Amino acid sequence: MRSHVGQYPGLRIWAALFFVFLYAPMVVLISYSFNTNKLAMIWGGFSVRWYEKLFTTGGIADAAFNSLVVAVIATTVAVVIAIAAALVLVRQRPFGGAGISTALISMPLIVPEIVTAVATLMFFVIAKAAIGFDFGIGNIVLAHIVFCIPFAFMPIRARLSDMDGTMEQAARDLYATPWQAFRYVTLPILMPGVIAGAMLSFVISLDDFIITQMISGPGTTTLPVYIYSMIRNGITPEVNAASTILIAASTVLVTIYWYVSRPNAK
Amino acid sequence: MKPAVEAKSVSKIYETAGHAPVKALDNVSLAIAENEFFTLLGPSGCGKTTLLRLIAGFEFPNGGHILLQGQDIAHLPPDKRPVNTVFQHYALFPHMTVAQNVAFGLRMLKRPQAEIGDSVRQALALVKMEAYGARRPSQLSGGQQQRVAFARAIAPHPKVLLLDEPLSALDLKLRQAMRLELKRLQRETGITFIFVTHDQEEALTMSDRIAVMSAGHVQQVGEPLAIYESPVNRFVADFIGDSNFLDGAVVKTAKGGALIKVAPNFLIETSAAGAAKGDKVSLALRPEKITLAQPVKGLPRGVVREAVYIGNSTTYMVEIDGGIGVTVRESNSLSGQSHFAVGDRVGVVVEAGAARLLAG
Ligand SMILES: Nc1ncnc2c1ncn2[C@@H]1O[C@H](COP(=O)(O)OP(=O)(O)O)[C@@H](O)[C@H]1O
Ligand SMILES: [Mg+2]
Repeated sequence: MRSHVGQYPGLRIWAALFFVFLYAPMVVLISYSFNTNKLAMIWGGFSVRWYEKLFTTGGIADAAFNSLVVAVIATTVAVVIAIAAALVLVRQRPFGGAGISTALISMPLIVPEIVTAVATLMFFVIAKAAIGFDFGIGNIVLAHIVFCIPFAFMPIRARLSDMDGTMEQAARDLYATPWQAFRYVTLPILMPGVIAGAMLSFVISLDDFIITQMISGPGTTTLPVYIYSMIRNGITPEVNAASTILIAASTVLVTIYWYVSRPNAK
Repeated sequence: MKPAVEAKSVSKIYETAGHAPVKALDNVSLAIAENEFFTLLGPSGCGKTTLLRLIAGFEFPNGGHILLQGQDIAHLPPDKRPVNTVFQHYALFPHMTVAQNVAFGLRMLKRPQAEIGDSVRQALALVKMEAYGARRPSQLSGGQQQRVAFARAIAPHPKVLLLDEPLSALDLKLRQAMRLELKRLQRETGITFIFVTHDQEEALTMSDRIAVMSAGHVQQVGEPLAIYESPVNRFVADFIGDSNFLDGAVVKTAKGGALIKVAPNFLIETSAAGAAKGDKVSLALRPEKITLAQPVKGLPRGVVREAVYIGNSTTYMVEIDGGIGVTVRESNSLSGQSHFAVGDRVGVVVEAGAARLLAG
């Protein structure tokens, strides 16, 4: 008798195949980013020349800088909004719209991104036509803030729901003003959720292509959009190098997210 | 002297969307004296916590006034009231050390650093936790967390300390030890304690005075002895200790006493409390105030229907001739034997004044 479905022998093979399909392309891509040879298919020895070339040709550095600026601002604003939303939805006395509000905040997670992208594009086109509203890279920041909010909101809300509400009452009881109770008690206890939400937002912003592609123009290119434009000239070693950088950045952030949101995180 | 805390005709109604409104407190009036160990006692849901939260400032009354040393505080938020709370599940701040927890109130009050240090040390010494200042709450046992919660609440020297079932999360032995401990702390600090419990034994052993509550009303306020010996109504008599409830009619009144007939051959003498001849009344009679004797002539007599051995005493269910049953508790003999067995015929002795006439 097998005591557990996990013990059926075929499962191991499926699991192994899954990992091969998921990671083999990435491993190949990363290896070739360190390949001296211009021809991707032939290994010519280890080098970082494509990274050097990448950073000496202007475009990519600008794109990386844009990505960073957008991600930092979008994450910061999204996290602040998410904290405020979570406090209202979790801590206020239950009100009629709480359930529907939570659903509406999480909605962008299930709307196909291409739909959001088209809608966002239309918004900016109409806004520009109607009131001359166009902030260049500000448009991208704005769009990123909006789609980052649900990602920041989820872990913050989860953390706040787990937190004992009498904690804040104890703070108020001990002469803390509402702001002090938030600053010295709620926020520190919420911190793992805030960091997790920030990491998630940051990665989502850094990696976003579809929405950004729709609304970016000359001078407002982000890294994924830039990589996509490079591919039109074929998959060059520079593309591999740029992608590797993106993978590395995402991996670090996701690791931090995973680390702080472990169930037993203090 | 003005009472430390006074509730004047306080009402609290909870309105929840989709539910009928709950009247948690209905026209409650109480006066709690300075330095008193005052207990709110009642079954779960009777409004004890609500009254505490109104005094702390977490809820606001729908009607009435709450006075602290004569000042109406109903409009003040919790941080403006010199009142601190020991929460049922302690609510210690998990991201702070024990010492930081205890210092929190003083820090918010912007006391000088040196004074904060001294007060924290004193408060921790009072609860015998000096050695644990650097620990996190998660590294303490339940009893230790309880002590820290207490130290944190008294460190700012509040005028009144509110304790919401602080012992209910502890196991029996620790709970009994903490009763004495809390009583000592109240004496040593001289702070007015308002203590909430649903445990009558806890209330009787610790309190200067007890308010017995039920369904949003205060039923009786008095010293433990008065509450136990002279319950004013059936609810109090039933909730505090065990009681036999006997219905009867007044057959004679004289010199402040009344003779009440509860069964054909069973007459009980009690204080009259305004009863007149012919009135139908109810009596409360504690099982330990009845004694069993040989079934001699002149005594109401009956049969032992059940005898339950409970260590140092035995509880008997006696069916008295003429129909009524009473519960009797008697100490056992020196060798530990019950004096009577099931089926024995017995006489029932009730001394004058042992029973209480109940109002309403
Ligand atoms: N925040 C609340 N919202 C709605 N009803 C409440 C709330 N708090 C307490 N109640 C109700 O008020 C009544 C009294 O509750 P409570 O004061 O907590 O009683 P106790 O502490 O004596 O157990 C109960 O019926 C309870 O269900
Ligand atoms: Mg309660």
